[in-house]
Amino acid sequence: MKFVDSLKLALRSLTVNKLRSSLTMLGIIIGVGAVITLMSVGRGVEAQITDMIEDYGSNTLNVISQTPGVKGLASMQSATPSLTIEDARAIAERVPYVTGVAPVSENFVEVTFGNESAMGVIEATTPEFEEIYNYHTAYGRFINERDIGLKDTVVVLGQKVVEDILGTKDPIGQKIKLSGRSFTVVGVLEPKGGQMMGVSMDSIIVVPITTYQSKMFPRKTSRGEDAVQSIAVQITSSDYADYITTEIENLLRRQHRIKAGDKDDFAIISNEQILSLFQQITGALTIFLGLVAGISLLVGSIGIMNIMLVSVTERTREIGLRKAVGAKRRDILLQFLIEAAMMSLTGGGIGIIGGWLLSLGISQIQTSGLTLRAVVSPDIVILAVSVSIFIGIASGLYPAMRAARLNPIDALHYG
Amino acid sequence: MTTDNCLISIDKLTKTYQMGKVEVNALRGIDLCVAPGEFIAIIGASGSGKSTLMNIMGCLDKPTTGKYIFKGQDVSQFNDNKLAEMRGKSLGFVFQDFNLLRRSSALANVELPLIYSGTRHRHKRALEALERVGLAKRAHHKPTEMSGGEQQRVAIARALINNPSLILADEPTGNLDSKTSYDIIDFFRKLNDEGITIIMVTHEMDIAQQAKRIIRLMDGKIVTDEPVKHEHPDGEKK
Repeated sequence: MKFVDSLKLALRSLTVNKLRSSLTMLGIIIGVGAVITLMSVGRGVEAQITDMIEDYGSNTLNVISQTPGVKGLASMQSATPSLTIEDARAIAERVPYVTGVAPVSENFVEVTFGNESAMGVIEATTPEFEEIYNYHTAYGRFINERDIGLKDTVVVLGQKVVEDILGTKDPIGQKIKLSGRSFTVVGVLEPKGGQMMGVSMDSIIVVPITTYQSKMFPRKTSRGEDAVQSIAVQITSSDYADYITTEIENLLRRQHRIKAGDKDDFAIISNEQILSLFQQITGALTIFLGLVAGISLLVGSIGIMNIMLVSVTERTREIGLRKAVGAKRRDILLQFLIEAAMMSLTGGGIGIIGGWLLSLGISQIQTSGLTLRAVVSPDIVILAVSVSIFIGIASGLYPAMRAARLNPIDALHYG
Repeated sequence: MTTDNCLISIDKLTKTYQMGKVEVNALRGIDLCVAPGEFIAIIGASGSGKSTLMNIMGCLDKPTTGKYIFKGQDVSQFNDNKLAEMRGKSLGFVFQDFNLLRRSSALANVELPLIYSGTRHRHKRALEALERVGLAKRAHHKPTEMSGGEQQRVAIARALINNPSLILADEPTGNLDSKTSYDIIDFFRKLNDEGITIIMVTHEMDIAQQAKRIIRLMDGKIVTDEPVKHEHPDGEKK
């Protein structure tokens, strides 16, 4: 029997039982669609985080406080602050290949103007922040050295904060309140788009670090100095990252008077490290989502197998007749195998299109400035296609073998 | 009788089935020669082994012991694939309940054996076969739209399509009224006159009388084997 004839035969018996074939395919459609959608959402989140971190510049090292001798993220969050503006200055002056250093303290704060209020993220820092993090002012100016020196209550607002509390008013020169204290708006940042942990990157509020330390959220190091949360260090090339890390480490150990053999009270992580950490997390997330979707694919394939088994039983006499008029085992095997493969391939194809459309739809949804991006990449599609081919063959094989093995005499007299 | 002249030559053939723990000896030593051009009726009570003998002659089953030579080939040694090939190319089957694919047209039903033998010009040949049984006009009708007699003629057209050496008919008139039964038998006789060898299982004596030779089986053995004495008057018709 020619392969083309087998194809025609399979197509015919599928179209004869349209409702049954479509319902069986629905299982695969949902399964493949779910795999595509969920994995593309996972990929989207991954891409979003990567973009954002790369936007910050991959040539950035971050120095943060750390409880001595404790590893991991937890030790950084609960650590006693150990870094100061002096540390930042020392790094800028003494470590080679450093192009910019900015001490940064962050906090959530309520910002009000008249009756309007919004939540924003304070970035208390120095003028270098503008360059290191790629923020640029749309109007007015960024904070400057004079603001730092005078501990001025001036503020540079992100686009979203301006929209939320000032509306269409000219923001420059307006007096706004940050946790009850009055600040003068001197500049507005260009919109940046994107988000970090669900907070829009345009919700930031830049104030001078010295103002923050003295008038807003004063914190002291264990040696009684004014503390900063972290120090961002921009370097000329990530190739020197290891060397610079060592240099900063040595410098800060001297600054903090840490004895030889004692552990650091700070940690230095590069943006690349953060990136790879996030990529690990989002990668695991993507795989997890794929596995969840895979369960529905499995259920779909059980559906195919079930229907094929019913179909073989139903057509026992037909199989007997086909054998009587010369069909070989192989012919019968192929007939049923192709039927199963056709169902899973067609289902898979529709599922891919459906999942892709769904991913497009998800990318359009915007909730409170939060956009979820879904990226359908070719490898996800290839994965879904090969899985559906595999499912077709795997779930069709057993029923097809049962059909092929039927004894023609018994089959002819069945039922 | 020398085996050289036989289309079918069966020698000391037995068939034993295992039915649970019981062994059933369906055939207990059959010797038979069927010459080309014969028209044989096999009769016998149910359980006499006539269906088993048909199945073995139809290459659907293999004997337990003994030899079955068909067209000079020892079929008892064939594997499943070679048996399937033999069925497709040299045998035609007609069943009691027609065994047509209900959802396919008469034409598609007749074409079926050609698909498996990989023959070309299938439509043309299937139409010719339908013409031969007088159903060319109904080629695109489905079996469900046809009478029993018409369905059996479609089945005969299907059996004829590969120009088989032998047609095996298992109770071909079992589901037909007596008039239609005679029509079908007349058609078999006509085919036989054209030189086609036919073996038919039946339990109706008047149908068996239409054949040229009657073999009676009992308990897995041939008890009588004799030519039919008086030709049916319809034999000369057409």
